[in-house]
Amino acid sequence: MTKFIQELVNGLTQGGLYALVALGYSMVYGVLKLLNFAHGDLYMVGAFIGYFVLQWFGGPTALAIPVPFVILAMFLAAGGGVGALGVAIERFAYRPLRDAPRIAPLITALGVSFLLENTVLLLFGASYRDYNTSAFIPYSTEIRIGGVNIWLVQIMVIVLSVVLMFGLQQLVVRTQLGRQMRAVATDREAAEMLGINVDYTISATFFLGSALAGIAGVMAGLAFNEIYQLMGFILGLKAFTAAVVGGIGSIPGAMLGGFLIGIAEAFITGYISSTFTNLIVFGILIVFMILRPTGLLGRVQLQKV
Amino acid sequence: MAVEPKDSPGVGVDEWVARSVERKEYLPGWRGDVQRAAERVGWWPRLGIAAAIGVFIPLVIGLNSFQTQVGIDSLLLAILALGLNVSVGWAGLLDLGYIAFYGFGAYGFAILSSSQLNPPGGIHWPAYASIPLVMIGAGVLGLCVGWPSRRLIGDYLAIVTLFFGEAFVEFTNNVAPKTLGGPNGIFALDPLHGAHVQITTPTGYFYVLLALLVISMAVLHMLDTSRMGRAWRAVREDPLAASAMTIPVNRVKLMAFAIGAMIAAMAGAVFASQQTSVFPTDFDTPYLILIYAGLILGGAGSMSGAVIGGLVVSIILDGFLRSPTQAGYIFYGVIVVTMLIKVRPWAKLGAVLGGTVVFGFIVHAIVSAFSSRAVAGNPGSTTWIDLHWAIVPANPVLFGNIGFVVLLCLVVALGQLKGNWRTILIVPTLYLASCVWEARLVTVPAITRLILLGAILIVTMNARPQGLLGARRVEIV
Repeated sequence: MTKFIQELVNGLTQGGLYALVALGYSMVYGVLKLLNFAHGDLYMVGAFIGYFVLQWFGGPTALAIPVPFVILAMFLAAGGGVGALGVAIERFAYRPLRDAPRIAPLITALGVSFLLENTVLLLFGASYRDYNTSAFIPYSTEIRIGGVNIWLVQIMVIVLSVVLMFGLQQLVVRTQLGRQMRAVATDREAAEMLGINVDYTISATFFLGSALAGIAGVMAGLAFNEIYQLMGFILGLKAFTAAVVGGIGSIPGAMLGGFLIGIAEAFITGYISSTFTNLIVFGILIVFMILRPTGLLGRVQLQKV
Repeated sequence: MAVEPKDSPGVGVDEWVARSVERKEYLPGWRGDVQRAAERVGWWPRLGIAAAIGVFIPLVIGLNSFQTQVGIDSLLLAILALGLNVSVGWAGLLDLGYIAFYGFGAYGFAILSSSQLNPPGGIHWPAYASIPLVMIGAGVLGLCVGWPSRRLIGDYLAIVTLFFGEAFVEFTNNVAPKTLGGPNGIFALDPLHGAHVQITTPTGYFYVLLALLVISMAVLHMLDTSRMGRAWRAVREDPLAASAMTIPVNRVKLMAFAIGAMIAAMAGAVFASQQTSVFPTDFDTPYLILIYAGLILGGAGSMSGAVIGGLVVSIILDGFLRSPTQAGYIFYGVIVVTMLIKVRPWAKLGAVLGGTVVFGFIVHAIVSAFSSRAVAGNPGSTTWIDLHWAIVPANPVLFGNIGFVVLLCLVVALGQLKGNWRTILIVPTLYLASCVWEARLVTVPAITRLILLGAILIVTMNARPQGLLGARRVEIV
């Protein structure tokens, strides 16, 4: 039982990251119908930005200001920086292709992903970089329930991802921007005729989605320590599938899918074998995508002619 | 005698096909004339001429061992791009697991011609048995991947196939390490052999690959001009309309998958025998991107485009990038040619290029007046450009990294500007590009190669979606 709960907590931590990245996928897919392969790499860039903010404040062992402020600065810098990067990518790479055949932006997205990965490789090299989180958030800051140890960072990741998702949900449902986003997602041309600034809305969507990915990157660095230039690619794939599992375009769906995949992965690692985790998860995801491409919470969409 | 109206095609000719050929748009100017002249020669003679050129290059010019290896790599990539063109270019299915079929062919061949199975002797099948077998196996695998995902469209298909490709790498890395060798792969494979012939020299492999390329092109051309080829294009343009026209959409898609997979497996088998070993990392995403870059650069949907794109990408990235001097020629050549095509009129072009040269000298003079360390140059590969024109400081890594990021920002900014501001901004962008190239990129060819691959995909898709050689089809509305 102890092991079960321990794995559950690990799964929720990983799942929170999947869910945050999945949200960005889902939003971008909603407004542009574009599978943005570069989204996972934005998460990676976020992790790197967080790392350099941490170094700028003196490194993990000798922080110049109190720890909460450093973490806040890391989140803000990564969110803002990656958000801006996402907007730039949309302007430069995807906007000219908005009316092109569907295959063109997909290939471009693949190129953007590859360019980002290798730019980071050029700038920072292939070696792993270490957040060394335990130096400033020691493992002793954990909560013990029975035999289960929950590290403070894990709690932070889970709580923060749920809070961010709830905030995003409110934004989409209640604010003017959210209404515009939903309108553009439903029918771009009609939205444009009704006076919605479609370009602005799409840019804002990219900013929000990318910022979430950047924040998720910092969380991944804090929770798992090691960051490297390829960390985003596979995670991006899984996160997209999380969005599909929950039902693409649905915010609670992305959250549900992310947590489900994270928990499934943790249980496979814990109870079956860590060697085959990826293989089994890929298998499950392929089967799911084929059997129920509309997802758990999604609705069947009729193809328009 | 009844005169047939001019605008209807002859009796027995499919009108839609005749019209679709006419709808093709030719390139402007002399390039269009060349295109028309080439089309008058006919397809089969053109294939013959191309094959003859391929045969004569090693015979007449003579290639050294490095050049032969580049030739082998580029022929492999051309075959792979050709196979990918079937599903991506003709049938319009974005298959991102294509690399797994290549790997399947290589691993299949490796198991059939090594000591992995049934040790210690192993099984050593002749190539005329093992290659057809792995091709059939890959075709069946293609059907297995395509069958459940036949109803998925666009992005869903892309992600399922990408998972399939990743799963293949995971599979070969982790499953059955005794047979598949895990991360260490399989080595000591037989060379291609059978019927008392054994191919061991690189030149021999060059000819084998050339022959396979020509045969594949011939077979695919016949497929392309058959009912199947027309059905593929119909499904690509509009699956709903195609099915209304009684085309069995799913079966047609599966055929595209299977045929592409068979060609990839064939290439994989030859690759494995030439390398005499296979490793999981040979079949990872970077190589997939390389195949896509070749296909997209040449022009998806055009067979000669796929082949030439594959050859060009491979020759430039594998052949020329190794040597800094040659890479420099290509780099500056591409810049000048791009400017020639994109910047008009001539006066503006002259102003931009001349301005860049002058700008470089001025900046170099100013910087060297302030600090000699800032232009101390790169001790490794000092050329005239490093010494007198581009800034290459004593610490080229840091400068190059910062310069690269600034360069990316400048390129993004260029895309947003219009008119004179754009022309003015081109000058510092070009100069910075050349500084970054000299200071950093040329010293790390392995990474530069990957960055260029990504850039090729983005730029080609944005600037010229039909590729360098593909002719734009006029949209029917």
